[in-house]
Amino acid sequence: MIQAKGIIKSFGENHVLKGVDVDFYPGKTNLIIGRSGSGKTVFLKTILGLFEPDGGSIHYGEEVLGEMSKQRRKTLRQEIGMVFQGGALFDSMSVAENIRFPLEMFSTMTEHEKDARVKFVMDRVRLEGADKLFPSEISGGMQKRVSIARAISMNPNYLFCDEPNSGLDPETAIVIDQLIQEITHEFGMTTIVNTHDMNSVLEIGDHVVFMKEGHKVWEGTNDQVLGSTNADVEDYVFKSKLFKQVRTALRK
Amino acid sequence: MITNFFEGIGAYALLMTKVFRRPDRWKLFYRALVKEIQLLGLDSIGIVVILSVFMGGVVTIQTAFQLSDDPLIPTYYIAMATRESITLEFSPTVVSLILAGKVGSNVASSLGTMRVSEQIDALEVMGVNSASFLILPKIVAQLLFNPILIIMSLFLGLWGGAMAGDLLGLVPFEESIMGYRLEFIPFENAFYALIKTVVFAFIIGSVSAYSGYTVKGGAVEVGVASTNAVVRSCLAIILANYLLTDLILTS
Repeated sequence: MIQAKGIIKSFGENHVLKGVDVDFYPGKTNLIIGRSGSGKTVFLKTILGLFEPDGGSIHYGEEVLGEMSKQRRKTLRQEIGMVFQGGALFDSMSVAENIRFPLEMFSTMTEHEKDARVKFVMDRVRLEGADKLFPSEISGGMQKRVSIARAISMNPNYLFCDEPNSGLDPETAIVIDQLIQEITHEFGMTTIVNTHDMNSVLEIGDHVVFMKEGHKVWEGTNDQVLGSTNADVEDYVFKSKLFKQVRTALRK
Repeated sequence: MITNFFEGIGAYALLMTKVFRRPDRWKLFYRALVKEIQLLGLDSIGIVVILSVFMGGVVTIQTAFQLSDDPLIPTYYIAMATRESITLEFSPTVVSLILAGKVGSNVASSLGTMRVSEQIDALEVMGVNSASFLILPKIVAQLLFNPILIIMSLFLGLWGGAMAGDLLGLVPFEESIMGYRLEFIPFENAFYALIKTVVFAFIIGSVSAYSGYTVKGGAVEVGVASTNAVVRSCLAIILANYLLTDLILTS
């Protein structure tokens, strides 16, 4: 479980996070949603430890991130998998080498065990036969799957995804969303997904946190989001024509 | 502007303290080192060969142009002057400046692209010291291979000078060889050239890596970083050249 308690973060005069309290649960896909500029990405990077908070604390289980030793922080990072918005695959490495990289760097596995683990995660994200291809030779959807495979190769306790289906067609986006939810449930990871895609929210939002102007203004589940009476959530969710029609249909 | 300069120097020094750490995995370090030697060293051989041969030729022609009017000066003195020019200045400095252009832009653009496409963030999230993992092999590759390139350049420059002198009838080939050997103190000049080369190699690797690693923005900023890498490396080489020359030759 990850807990964010009273997180404050500013960049000069720009106060991005103004005291955010959220609990992220293991075995669930925890989604952070909100408009661009609401502080989602800064919040995610603060939880990850890429930004130091100006106030508040991040708790990984019983441990406080800010109080961890350098060595402990380093080992904690090996318990974290991250799927970046653009994939962030190493373009000089093949698909298999990308997935194998964390194992080469940190694991004490034998070569045979590493091969088996790479094959397992590649099969798990349905990337069979793509091992020798390079990131520039595969589609955006495949790149995201490679990124997920790399993120889970070390069997992490925590999975972070920053806009995992941006730039993907709706069908592929659903495949990626479902994959994230499946592996979260299967491996019992604490998954935090940063998104502004309402389809993702409805598809995989076991726990949804809505942020606005550096504050958490609502939290609930994907089943509750459409029925929320919070004005900010309503305004965000029912902005598109499609969701306006959905609301009309629901009210009928 | 002055504040920015000193902030830059500070950021560069801090980056170097992150770079010079023990690699997490030596196997991956050696693998990266071999790759960098191929990319930054072996792939530079062609340009060094061409540059050195013609540079040697030009130095011989220009020296001959200056000295040939005086019939009292033996022609092998032209070769001797060429040797001094090539060994002390042209091979270590000019070749390093050319490498700063070729290698520096390569290093800065590859690291800059990794930065803007979040590949460096991905390494940091995994717990990898990205500065050491990415930059250290590049600097070590330069430190190991640039001296080899410069030694090669010295020989080729002298050969080019002798060939040009012979072909243009300025200095017979045998007299060039005699001139090259005249009052030659083994190792002294070569030692000076190699010290300069090692310092310049460090400058090329580290300054261009700093320019690329600290990029913020997108493709345009990567281009700017690549240009900055070359300009900063060249300026630093010229400054270091002056200081080293003063330190080594006058002390």
